[in-house]
Amino acid sequence: MAQSLTHGETALPADWRDLFALTKPRVMSLVVFTALCGLLAAPGAVHPVLAFSSILAIALGAGASGALNQWYEAGLDAKMKRTAGRPLPAGRLDRQTALQFGVGLAAFSLFLMLFASNWQATLLLAASILFYVFVYTMWLKPRTPQNIVIGGAAGAFPPLIGWVAATGSIAPLPVLLFLLIFLWTPPHFWALALFVRSDYAAAGIPMMPVVAGEKSTRRQILVYAVVMAIGAIAPWALGLTGPLYGWTAVILSALFVLLSIQVGTRTTGEGDLMQPEKRLFAYSIAYLFILFGAVVADHWWPL
Amino acid sequence: MTEEPQPEPFDEAEYRRRQRSRANLMAWMLGGLAILFFFITIAKMQIFA
Repeated sequence: MAQSLTHGETALPADWRDLFALTKPRVMSLVVFTALCGLLAAPGAVHPVLAFSSILAIALGAGASGALNQWYEAGLDAKMKRTAGRPLPAGRLDRQTALQFGVGLAAFSLFLMLFASNWQATLLLAASILFYVFVYTMWLKPRTPQNIVIGGAAGAFPPLIGWVAATGSIAPLPVLLFLLIFLWTPPHFWALALFVRSDYAAAGIPMMPVVAGEKSTRRQILVYAVVMAIGAIAPWALGLTGPLYGWTAVILSALFVLLSIQVGTRTTGEGDLMQPEKRLFAYSIAYLFILFGAVVADHWWPL
Repeated sequence: MTEEPQPEPFDEAEYRRRQRSRANLMAWMLGGLAILFFFITIAKMQIFA
């Protein structure tokens, strides 16, 4: 514990900044952006207040998932350098507060979605929170190296929820956007896992590089990158988007595959700085942002 | 002989600072939600009118 929670008999109230940090704001930014893109790419117009409220509900739902994830993994986080400074392992917050905050935020996000949007979007939001907390965090993550492959579905929900919030129904394009994030997750997380492998090993989390080794992980990154590239181009090939999205997907995915080839075909020695892996990880984030931006641009300003 | 560890002295100023900052934030958030719910209601009335 880096800092005491109590002073004698009296517990200090949690600082709001620590509660905010529980929501994983950086992850939330990607969730908000992809959800907004799903909503903006949907046919028809949504009232701006209702659109804002739906996106806010998705953001709060993602924040609740992050808080419940940190509540459950406080012990594991304390063992990893990358996460040891989080509010719970650092001792700036008690677990009970984190649990109450997470459950309260989840319930409120569902209420807000139901009030502002429709029951279909609310159901999807509830499913994504439950999937992330129970299926990914509690069940898959500590048990199998396929954790982020299946768990990736939780992060893939936002564009689908955004679309359903706008239209009330599911269509092929948001399903393909769901599939795109689902296929993007393994190369993105395994690139990270390669350069923080020792952290995961120390915490006993069976990430792919820890269980199957570096060579197998690198090969799988490459395979997933190729499948993901096909998935990214599919909306254009199926006539669901125009050439603006199509060419953006072709160029960005080709670069993604090239960076994955660099990672997938190399071997590392002691003291390697893991630059190609770090480059792929950073690029993968930009890739998703630009590609989803292109979906919206293609819908509003087609070529 | 080993001495019992002494509890840290209670920092009342820090306690009050955190309490105040959380109360202020909660007030702003509740105010914001009241306004948001007002506009959601207006928007829904426009849609279903």
